[in-house]
Amino acid sequence: MDEPILSLKDVTLSLHGNAGPVEILRGITLEVARGESIGLVGPSGSGKSSLLMLLGGLERASGGVVLACGHDLTALGEDALARFRRASMGIVFQSFHLIPTMTALENVALPMELAGAADAFDRAAAELTRVGLGHRTGHFPGQLSGGEQQRVALARAAAPRPAILLADEPTGNLDGATGQAIMDLLFGLQDLYGATLVLVTHAPDLAARCDRVVRLADGRIVGEERQRQGAAA
Amino acid sequence: MRLSPKGLGLAARLARRELRGGIEGFRIFLLCLALGVGAIAAVASVRSAIEQGLAAQGAVLLGGDAELEFTYRLADDAERSWIAAQALATSEIVDFRSMAVVGQGDGAERALTQVKGVDDAYPLTGAVVLDPAMPLALALAGSDGVPGGVMDRVLADRLGLQPGDLFRLGLQEFRLMALLLREPDAAAGGFSLGPRTIVATTALAGSDLLQPGTLFETAIRMLLPAGADLAALETRAETAFRDKGVRWHDRRNGAPGVARFIDRIGSFLVLVGLAGLATGGVGISAAVRAYLAGKVATIATIKVLGGEARLIFQLYLLQIGALTLLGLAAGLLLGAIAPLILGPVIAAQMPVPVEIGLYPRALAEAALYGSLTAAIFTLWPLAATENIRAATLYRAAGFGRVQVPRWPYLLATLLLVAVLVGASALLSGVVWLALSTAGGVMAALAVLVLAALALRWLAKRGAQVQVLRRFTALRLALGAIGGPGNEALPVVLSLGLGLAVLAAVGQIDVNLRHAIDTELPDRAPTYFFVDIQPDQIAGYAARLAGDPGVSRVESAPMLRGVITRIRGLPARDVAGDHWVVSGDRGVTFSDAVPPNVTLTAGEWWPKDYQGPAQISFAAEEAAEIGLQLGDSLSVNILGREIEATVTSFRQVDFSNAGIGFILSINPSALQGAPHSYISTVYADPAAEAPILRDLASAYPNITAIRVRDAVTRVADALASIAAATRVAAAATLLTGFVVLLGAAAAGVEARVQEAAVLKVLGATRGRILLSFALRSALMGAAAGVVAVLAGGLSGWGVMHFVMEGDYRFEPWSALMIVAGGIGATLLAGLAFAWRPLALRPGRVLRAAE
Repeated sequence: MDEPILSLKDVTLSLHGNAGPVEILRGITLEVARGESIGLVGPSGSGKSSLLMLLGGLERASGGVVLACGHDLTALGEDALARFRRASMGIVFQSFHLIPTMTALENVALPMELAGAADAFDRAAAELTRVGLGHRTGHFPGQLSGGEQQRVALARAAAPRPAILLADEPTGNLDGATGQAIMDLLFGLQDLYGATLVLVTHAPDLAARCDRVVRLADGRIVGEERQRQGAAA
Repeated sequence: MRLSPKGLGLAARLARRELRGGIEGFRIFLLCLALGVGAIAAVASVRSAIEQGLAAQGAVLLGGDAELEFTYRLADDAERSWIAAQALATSEIVDFRSMAVVGQGDGAERALTQVKGVDDAYPLTGAVVLDPAMPLALALAGSDGVPGGVMDRVLADRLGLQPGDLFRLGLQEFRLMALLLREPDAAAGGFSLGPRTIVATTALAGSDLLQPGTLFETAIRMLLPAGADLAALETRAETAFRDKGVRWHDRRNGAPGVARFIDRIGSFLVLVGLAGLATGGVGISAAVRAYLAGKVATIATIKVLGGEARLIFQLYLLQIGALTLLGLAAGLLLGAIAPLILGPVIAAQMPVPVEIGLYPRALAEAALYGSLTAAIFTLWPLAATENIRAATLYRAAGFGRVQVPRWPYLLATLLLVAVLVGASALLSGVVWLALSTAGGVMAALAVLVLAALALRWLAKRGAQVQVLRRFTALRLALGAIGGPGNEALPVVLSLGLGLAVLAAVGQIDVNLRHAIDTELPDRAPTYFFVDIQPDQIAGYAARLAGDPGVSRVESAPMLRGVITRIRGLPARDVAGDHWVVSGDRGVTFSDAVPPNVTLTAGEWWPKDYQGPAQISFAAEEAAEIGLQLGDSLSVNILGREIEATVTSFRQVDFSNAGIGFILSINPSALQGAPHSYISTVYADPAAEAPILRDLASAYPNITAIRVRDAVTRVADALASIAAATRVAAAATLLTGFVVLLGAAAAGVEARVQEAAVLKVLGATRGRILLSFALRSALMGAAAGVVAVLAGGLSGWGVMHFVMEGDYRFEPWSALMIVAGGIGATLLAGLAFAWRPLALRPGRVLRAAE
């Protein structure tokens, strides 16, 4: 097997709350191959989102090693992590997290502007057209529906052609039909760009669209199912 | 923090996008900055307008292009021929204090006046304005064989005189021909104790007032050829006549006393304005903090997308910078326009010409202070953006708590404070005052922070006290003040500084007036008599010796002299600008150590000593200029150079308005020098009027100065300064009130939630309102109490160390300050209480979920 694009070895995560330290993740070991899509499922509080944040370098592991594209994320500072993300990762959130003072086009162009790309706006416009929002580039997030906002967020995550796409319950705030359309887009973009996708979801049917489903409970991996022959096979 | 041009370009683009949404969250920021900068710009502009007026009208204020001034004497032939060689035209004036008298015997009215004797050429520049309008020459010519005079309306009213009435100066009778409305060179004279009377010098010959030894000054004013080099002429005059006590003035600084006063008071008010800006800084910091708190998600998102901490810092630095420019522009506009609109009112209030206009230097000074203050107060909130992590997007984290930033930011803050303090010291020109104001403001801010923390701690403990549990509204209020997200710090900081300045002014003002009313009669004499001639002193003493109402009389011969050399060197080279060598000083002589005088070192000369001249010097001033026993001094007295040796030092107390001389010389050294006597009289109030009547009738040339009147005039001048300070403090308070409004507005969402929950739990709107009012009142009262303590401490310091008097706490002023604090916080708090009370709880709570 090729070297995995994501690799976690015996990773733990403890957070300090008012009532003392809370163990969120307990000894996670996981490898994700380049181009593979995996679904992280489990009940609320099982640690799915936290695991995704560790993979995105948004949270620092308390123990163990997190490797992404060969970089040890536990050894990188906040700014180095930011630089790594803009080069290699796109993240989609349940709550979209668009910047309200920027238009759809500016939101999508932003990661490429941060990376110093001269054609940031051209690529952003093309990506917005690809997700069906070519006619709404000048609109602000407040002028868009929830589904449209999430499509902008998808375009923003995919436009820089990241090696890794992370999605944290991207349809959680959307109705069924809109959610379905968003997932079609997400998997379509992953296929198109050959990216690795890690998807956190509560919905079994969405998880079933991934190459592999990893089941979490109480901060541990309690099961894995391979859904179809994927790139990792 | 490094700022790369490439990064700055992106940061600028992003900043522009964010600012497109408007500047709604920055109203308080802009208002605080604009008010602070506007106040400073206005004060500095008015100061510049007065300075410009003084500079432009220098010749008119001085009464000529230049003048030579002589103390105690007229110019001699050498001086007159030097002047004649330089000037196109000259005018000579005589200036002295005297008593204007109306009527005879017991019914006579007397008033102190500053007399100016003039020649036909007066005024060389400007014009005298009289009522009724007439040329001055015509007025001074008089009528019916009686020479004429003109006097200030205040003096004429005091003496009950109308034009046409008669009055006397010394032995000479004059007819009041007109009231003096405008004396062009009035400001050049500086502070005087009596209103002005102008007569012809030639008419004074019969007055018996200008005798050898009388205290008078003369000046010859000159009109010089166009292009005359004033600096060169000054140097030549100083070189030729310095040792004869001659002083040079010219139009470059026509009214030095006024110019210095305006400069000092202007600088002082600018510094008070800086205190206001510091108060505004609290609001600026809170506004930026609130703005950035609303940007946490944006900042975290940018970090998720790959933005580095540096970019985030630059992004918000540029936004705050742009808004600072906007605030500065608004403030400068305000500060530039206000004097233009109020110009006529300001000009009418000032005794000197005012040239209202736009003064770029004044505006630049205000802009510099404004931008530095904005930088100082926004750096910490900006630095806190570093601590916002990308993970905040899914795990909420607050921005509210004030954290001490990393050392580079601390260093930058310290540097900015140092630049601000340095700039204020440099630009105000009064380094000591600027440094002490800066120290005072920083100490006050530190004390206020501690007071706010103490209030929070007390409120937290108070809310848990068993007894208070029955008073729900009070317990809620205490809980809110002591709990998280409270407003104690901004409230106490914003009000405390302004109230403390007001409290200090109030305490000092009342204590000074109290000292004048009650302590002055015990310590200071009733009358100062000057110009008593040697042949009059025996009769004068005899009149007082027999009066049971007189408790003490002190008399001493007096001359005036200039210290020209110390240890053989020019006096100014040794003593610098010390006041002892900056002009002529009183000199006395005595055979023995006078009563009430204590020698601190050396020995007094023997009785009937005839040897080389010896001097006893005031001990404190000697120490200040580094004088030692055995040092040689040259003193020019009436043109005669006296070489003497310092043989003793003595304690001289200048604080009780008694007789105090810097120099006392052995009598034989001054043999034959014309002199007069100066005398202080300590008398019962009942004896005051008869003493004045008898002495003034017997010796018309003697001038009596009622010490209470003189001190009251000084106190009135101080009261004007107190009033100006109050206005400046009010500007500080206005800024503080804006900060309060900002704090109240920022807390409104929290209060909406709180009110909704309380309503759900059964609280009535009245009880909720009471709780809101109580917390505002408690915080206002705390700010007031801290201000009163600070004001009391300042008042005690001023009374104890500066005035060397007793301090007593003034409760009324203190009560007003506390009430003011409560009123301001109540007003600001309740202005934002309507929405929390009005909204239905269901809607609020649903929206929160």
